[in-house]
Amino acid sequence: MTARIGVVTFPGTLDDRDTQRAVRVAGAEAVPLWHRDKDVKQVDAVVLPGGFSYGDYLRAGAISRFSPVMETIIGQAKAGMPVLGICNGFQVLTEAHLLPGAMLRNNDLHFVCRDQRLRVETSGTAWTSDYTAGQQISIPLKNIDGRYTADEHTLDELEAEGRVVFRYLDGNPNGSLRDIAGITNAAGNVVGLMPHPEHAVESLIGTGRTDGLGFFTSVLKKLVDA
Amino acid sequence: MTLDTVKHAAGTPDVELPWRELGLKQDEYARVREILGRRPTGAELAMYSVMWSEHCSYKSSKVHLKQFGEKAPRTDALLVGIGENAGVVDVGEGYAVTFKVESHNHPSYVEPYQGAATGVGGIVRDIIAMGARPVAVVDPLRMGAADHPDTKRVLPGVVAGIGGYGNCLGLPNIGGELVFDACYQGNPLVNAGAIGVMRHEDIHLAKASGTGNKVILYGARTGGDGIGGASILASETFDATKPSKRPAVQVGDPFQEKLLIECTLEAFAEKLVVGIQDLGAAGLSCATSELASNGSGGMRVELDDVPLRDSTLSPEEILMSESQERMCAVVEPAKVERFLAICEKWDVIATVIGEVTDGNRLEIFWHGEMIVDVDPRTVAHEGPTYERPYARPSWQDALQADDAGRLARPAGSAELREQVVALLSSPNLASKAWVTDQYDRFVQGNTVLAQPEDAGMIRVNEETGLGVAIATDGNGRYAKLDPYTGAQLALAEAYRNVAASGAKPLAISDCLNFGSPEDPDVMWQFVEAVRGLADGCLTLGTPVTGGNVSLYNQTGDVAIHPTPVVAVLGVIDDVARRTPIAFKDEGHLLYLLGDTREEFGGSAWSQVVHDHLGGMPPAVDLDRERLLGEILISASRDGMIDAAHDLSDGGLIAAVTESCLRGGLGARLVVPDALSAFTFLFSESAGRAMVAVPRSEELRFTDMCGARGLPAARIGVVDGSSLEVQGEFSLSLEELRSLHESPIPSLLG
Amino acid sequence: MARVVVDVMLKPEILDPQGQAVQRALPRLGFAGISDVRQGKRFELEVDGPVDDAALARIREMAETFLANTVIEDFNVKVES
Repeated sequence: MTARIGVVTFPGTLDDRDTQRAVRVAGAEAVPLWHRDKDVKQVDAVVLPGGFSYGDYLRAGAISRFSPVMETIIGQAKAGMPVLGICNGFQVLTEAHLLPGAMLRNNDLHFVCRDQRLRVETSGTAWTSDYTAGQQISIPLKNIDGRYTADEHTLDELEAEGRVVFRYLDGNPNGSLRDIAGITNAAGNVVGLMPHPEHAVESLIGTGRTDGLGFFTSVLKKLVDA
Repeated sequence: MTLDTVKHAAGTPDVELPWRELGLKQDEYARVREILGRRPTGAELAMYSVMWSEHCSYKSSKVHLKQFGEKAPRTDALLVGIGENAGVVDVGEGYAVTFKVESHNHPSYVEPYQGAATGVGGIVRDIIAMGARPVAVVDPLRMGAADHPDTKRVLPGVVAGIGGYGNCLGLPNIGGELVFDACYQGNPLVNAGAIGVMRHEDIHLAKASGTGNKVILYGARTGGDGIGGASILASETFDATKPSKRPAVQVGDPFQEKLLIECTLEAFAEKLVVGIQDLGAAGLSCATSELASNGSGGMRVELDDVPLRDSTLSPEEILMSESQERMCAVVEPAKVERFLAICEKWDVIATVIGEVTDGNRLEIFWHGEMIVDVDPRTVAHEGPTYERPYARPSWQDALQADDAGRLARPAGSAELREQVVALLSSPNLASKAWVTDQYDRFVQGNTVLAQPEDAGMIRVNEETGLGVAIATDGNGRYAKLDPYTGAQLALAEAYRNVAASGAKPLAISDCLNFGSPEDPDVMWQFVEAVRGLADGCLTLGTPVTGGNVSLYNQTGDVAIHPTPVVAVLGVIDDVARRTPIAFKDEGHLLYLLGDTREEFGGSAWSQVVHDHLGGMPPAVDLDRERLLGEILISASRDGMIDAAHDLSDGGLIAAVTESCLRGGLGARLVVPDALSAFTFLFSESAGRAMVAVPRSEELRFTDMCGARGLPAARIGVVDGSSLEVQGEFSLSLEELRSLHESPIPSLLG
Repeated sequence: MARVVVDVMLKPEILDPQGQAVQRALPRLGFAGISDVRQGKRFELEVDGPVDDAALARIREMAETFLANTVIEDFNVKVES
């Protein structure tokens, strides 16, 4: 049975089609989910893709988090369904309080688009089991509101519980505290990160590397084993 | 307040109208009266004045632009030519690609962020209006001196605006240029290009036909954006009691445009649209008159139905408003409900504002009264045509005689090295990453090549690897020295860049940036450049599919350099075979293709070392460019070369440096016997490229060049971690990288 | 019709590079004596009906759950006559 992974489209979402492609390349079925529908079509996992949903107006992800589809996803995430938030998706997850902290404007105030090296801090999540802790990967980063922040207590808790999933290497591109590029929730089923793995699944396109494929194959393994 | 209806105008022939304030000339106003057989209403005057402006009617340039059609080369690839929102070419496998370059120069000087942003918005809407999904944007930018305070005001805002709008739309920015020259100080050039992809059967045109079909305005609400002229009309003549309107700077809303893209494409997919036009310059005046004029000719519009952001707008203001993110679709009555439902799905406001009628009148109503009754052809397509006087400038001969070949050359290796360092670290040749890293180049997952490659390349078909490439070029210094040759050099350079990436050039779009057409010197430059471009396109077999003219780029008496920017679009069978500029492996042999002569007129060397502009630009040999292109494409396709880079500004030294840095590998160059090291490194002779050939392919490659008659000289090898010119100097990669990467951030960071 | 204004500012401990960029530019433009600048957002809400306690409570909830992200922002609510 092929795993079915939902990919949400909010108004202004940009990377939904690439995310669907990445899901297919990994061997699963990509199921498009529309923001206005509460029905998530019994998918096994959900990806909130990158983009500028609602133009990032008010705050990035602030309006999307109240969509009908998010009501369902929030409930299912709390019940253990794997959810991955990429860039704008990560912003939606923090606004929805499925992940702690918040995203701010990059500290040099510019949009930055570059191949970003990351260190995998933990493979103990639904989306990173195909990586090993300490592994270095390179996937594209492209955003203007990518500075991760949280209070000291939250940051210490994330570190202590091994919930920092990725850290920036070769210099922090946006001022994220503790060089945090991605985090997970306590149960390890909800992961958010700023860089874009879906743009690193084909050797011909983008960075020319396929380091991003591991996200999608990891969750497949998890679903198959479940 | 008396509404100026058609009836009222017919009955009050002597009422004075502010035609001069709206930009019309006396004879033009007389012509309007003649066409209508009465005085125009205020609303009609508004429409004629804006549609007959230089920007909309091309009145100074039309007579010359005709050549693009008259001299158009025969080609099967052209599906839609000049005259529509954008040109369309066939790229194979049933795919069609539409592309165009446009300017948004003056608004970007006034408000850099919004000017540049709305420029992107406008060109993208032209692409959607042809029936395509936009897939990429490119941005040729020309600014004043790099260290001038006003450049620091304009450039960062422009870049932020292009990024802010394009990134939010989800369009990868895959190419463009950034050129600094004092001549653009008061008149920066912000040109914007876009490409769209569709199937042949999806091509849509801007015409309203079919009596009874509905005209639907959808997108943003209409407000007071850009209505300068109309407010003169409204406040002066017809209602002195209203508060005076300040013309609002147009603010772009990329989110609204993203929604517009999605709902329009869905409507296209369901075959709901008969004709479509985007609202750009002259807003509704333009959209309605063009749709009607291109179609069967008749249209009726109820202006009261236009959704407004500002309820105090007068009908003249509504007609002239340039509010962004609006489109006009013509839809059969039975399909209107479905069209509106799709707009509702995407939360896009959509309103039926009129319908196609019998006959050939465009009739517009306000509060039940007719305020416009015109033959739309006279508004949209029968504007005035000027034959502006032109004459070769009195200073042209002296400029051309001021031969750059006489400038002092470096005496010895140390000075040569110094000049190389100065050249590579000059703002025009330095890395533009500070700019391009503010643009998303990955979105949509089909970007195969992006800046700083020779051309941007997008994959069109995931299964077969079919792709398209685009390059833009336009050296204003060359064009100042000789506009005819300069225009051909711009064409040749963009053509060469596309071929160097492995794609076959198919067609071009042009953005002609010039000074005032009322200056005979400038008009001569324009006439020469258009002639050069038209002749060049005929020889190269690449038709002009459309483009844009931007005139009046001058401050007082001083015009910018004539700057014809040319965008060449090409096709590649399999993007996997593309050839980037980066050196890939040590041991690859470096070949210089073409002939190198002592040609320094307008060169980067003459500018950086001597602050000189004079002499003749490099000679153009279009047959040689064609041959070079064919060789580059064959070599790319058959795997004979691993890297290719065209030679242009900065000559060979600039090209080798870029290829070294991009690949992280050094090179050892040997100066050919026939040339001085100076000429070898700095000459800007056209028709040349540099390639890296794996040893195993050398014989095959040189045989091919020999058989086809293309000079190919081995000049070195990819090797080590420095750029060494044997017997002259050496620069380590770290040093090169620092020279190349630090200038722009230090100036602007 | 009454207007209620909601001002939203980043919490004091949050780094505000936009405010800093403004502050750095001021002396260059000839304005001395400004030791700090912080940049925020102002929402002007045109309210139907009277701005009584119930309306204000609703607006405060709106501010807390939507207009401001209380992880990083503080807000205050002010009635304008």
